[in-house]
Amino acid sequence: MDLHQIVFGVYPYLCLVTFALGSWIRFDHEQYTWKSDSSQLLSKNGMRLASNFFHIGVIAIFFGHFVGLLTPHGVFRALGVSDMAHQGIAIFAGAIFGTLALIGGVILWMRRMFNKRVRAASRWMDINILGWIMLTLVMGLSTLPFSIGHAEHGDATVMLRLAEWVQSVVTLQPNPELLRNVDTVYKMHMFLGMSVFLFFPFTRLVHIWSAPVGYLFRAYQIVRAKRPA
Amino acid sequence: MKVRAQFAFVFNLDKCIGCHTCSVTCKNVWTNRKGVEYVWFNNVESKPGIGYPKAWEDQKKWRGGWELKDGKLQLKSGSKLARLANIFANPDMPEIDDYYEPFTFDYAHLQNAPLSEAAPTARPVSQITGDKMEKITWGPNWEDDLAGEFAKRSQDQNMANLEKEIYGKFENTFHMYLPRICNHCINPACVASCPSGSLYKREEDGIVLVDQDKCRGWRMCISSCPYKKVFYNWESGKAEKCIGCYPRVESGMPTVCSESCVGRIRYNGIMLYDADKIESLASTPNEQDLYQAQLDIFLDPNDPAVIEQARRDGIQEDWIIAAQKSPIYKMAVDWKIAFPMHPEFRTLPMVWYVPPLSPVQSAIDQGQLPTEADGCIPRADTLRLPLKYLANLFTAGKEEPVRVALNRMIAMRSYMRSIHVEGVVNLEVLKNAGITEDIAKDMYRYMAIANYEDRFVIPSGHEEVRLEDFYAFQGQNGFTFGNDSSPGISANSLFPERRKETVESRDPAPAADER
Repeated sequence: MDLHQIVFGVYPYLCLVTFALGSWIRFDHEQYTWKSDSSQLLSKNGMRLASNFFHIGVIAIFFGHFVGLLTPHGVFRALGVSDMAHQGIAIFAGAIFGTLALIGGVILWMRRMFNKRVRAASRWMDINILGWIMLTLVMGLSTLPFSIGHAEHGDATVMLRLAEWVQSVVTLQPNPELLRNVDTVYKMHMFLGMSVFLFFPFTRLVHIWSAPVGYLFRAYQIVRAKRPA
Repeated sequence: MKVRAQFAFVFNLDKCIGCHTCSVTCKNVWTNRKGVEYVWFNNVESKPGIGYPKAWEDQKKWRGGWELKDGKLQLKSGSKLARLANIFANPDMPEIDDYYEPFTFDYAHLQNAPLSEAAPTARPVSQITGDKMEKITWGPNWEDDLAGEFAKRSQDQNMANLEKEIYGKFENTFHMYLPRICNHCINPACVASCPSGSLYKREEDGIVLVDQDKCRGWRMCISSCPYKKVFYNWESGKAEKCIGCYPRVESGMPTVCSESCVGRIRYNGIMLYDADKIESLASTPNEQDLYQAQLDIFLDPNDPAVIEQARRDGIQEDWIIAAQKSPIYKMAVDWKIAFPMHPEFRTLPMVWYVPPLSPVQSAIDQGQLPTEADGCIPRADTLRLPLKYLANLFTAGKEEPVRVALNRMIAMRSYMRSIHVEGVVNLEVLKNAGITEDIAKDMYRYMAIANYEDRFVIPSGHEEVRLEDFYAFQGQNGFTFGNDSSPGISANSLFPERRKETVESRDPAPAADER
């Protein structure tokens, strides 16, 4: 087993298991640490733009990857989405939301590094994870020229192979060979991206699990009784 | 009718001397920790002033509290969806400088400094960054005793419709203290704004708490509380607020701020209210009617129908008795001398205030103030503190109720003076103020003497309704293996929960011999 096979055949499972089990254990035992860990109180300047850009960009990118990579090829075909159209949308949406996230992320990173108050209140992992996400993002945006190059030649094979590999992983039949001849920049991006899942339970990212959608459907007031219901 | 009990407060501002003992005791007990150095669950403001945090009353700025939108109650910060859309960066969030940058002093330097010509000084040090601070420019009580220039202090929202220039003159200056804690509102905006549902009101005593395990730090409560009494702990990333000293209150003790008040201005007691009326009364169209609306939500604890319903709603017998003896009920409902602060925020706050009569003795001695017939007690309208100002603070600008309250307090003094100084009972003043001799005597007892037992009528909490197993509880009271204070623990636990039951039989004891 060579390094390639370890990174794309074993590492994904290490990341996914840590992601799932780690989140569960932390939620179960350390809920007090489960939070967004906002630093808006310490510095509000530029937060409106930066935080919104970053979050909206990242969320859109996540769901883009999720749908684009996990939807079986047959389904796209059945829906009448050609491979070229798929690739076009991926490049276009990725570029827009990637840039959005990049702008927001850079401002947030500057703030975290150079705003004295925010820096003082930052934990080691806060700085690390933001830096790591930014690196992943930059690497992801760096794949754009390659993807555009492929698209110009009417060649969607790389994209299809990436999707096929992701699906091979989630169906527990990992096939690292699919990625053997893919450009290094994609592989770098994938390694960095998988690692985000590995780090996830140990960072503030866990607040993503708690996206408060339920708020829309509940009554305004909450009353708790000691008396068992 | 759905009867609920509320642990409530009255602060008698007429006797507040602004000593900050309440703030300091509270600080030492609850917020002497990292991340909440800047937090004062209890603070005392000098009014007029912009207060703590700066301009907290200005809801155009913070969008706190409720408003009526097409006749329906909605948070000022918009719909639920609007709040979620703002979750990545709350536009109404105060910044640390709106409170103040917490600081300490480099005391060690006083001892460690090398020999020098000039005496060493302890420079201020930021408690956030640890850096030396050049100059302290704001603090938790920067406007103490009217410090600072009038132009700045008069930004006070309650001065908005007053003729400011007049009160800027030294000889017209007026001043009062305003101690503030969480109002433990009946219609709390913080609870309504919390996306994760971590804030809640306790059914038994109405104390509003933050479930620390469930809080995710979305920060909507910080801006939505119109009193700015929910705070963000920048170290833990959680919201924290006044907990009504519930561990004390449950044991029948007053809150630590109330207990330590040297002026005996604080009263703790139980109020019964009708939970079915919350929404309709908080939606009262005219802001100036909200004070009356809140009076209407209270239930008479001596009314047999109320008592019966209270029992049905699970309110314990000793709580009903406490409600009947409640000093809060006497001052707010019977005597109508206490008021909620800023009822126009529509949260139905449960800390009520007796408005202050200004100390004006020297003005009377110089014959500058029109007085009652006795020539000693001034008339309410002529007091130094403009009635309008108090009305802006307590009744959304409606002066009449405040005037009545002040006149009653003056009448009580007049009456007592007539007994003790002149030796002739003057009932005329009482009649003019619309109170009986009995009420005047009670007011004197509660407000002037203010015995401990009268100020604090607090029934203890009923842990037995919560606990299934008392025997196990008595051995572990106050001890925890962690995380068990909150029902935020998921049901599908990854690890087995500790068994809490003892092996004692839980069968009821056999009935006594029927003989």
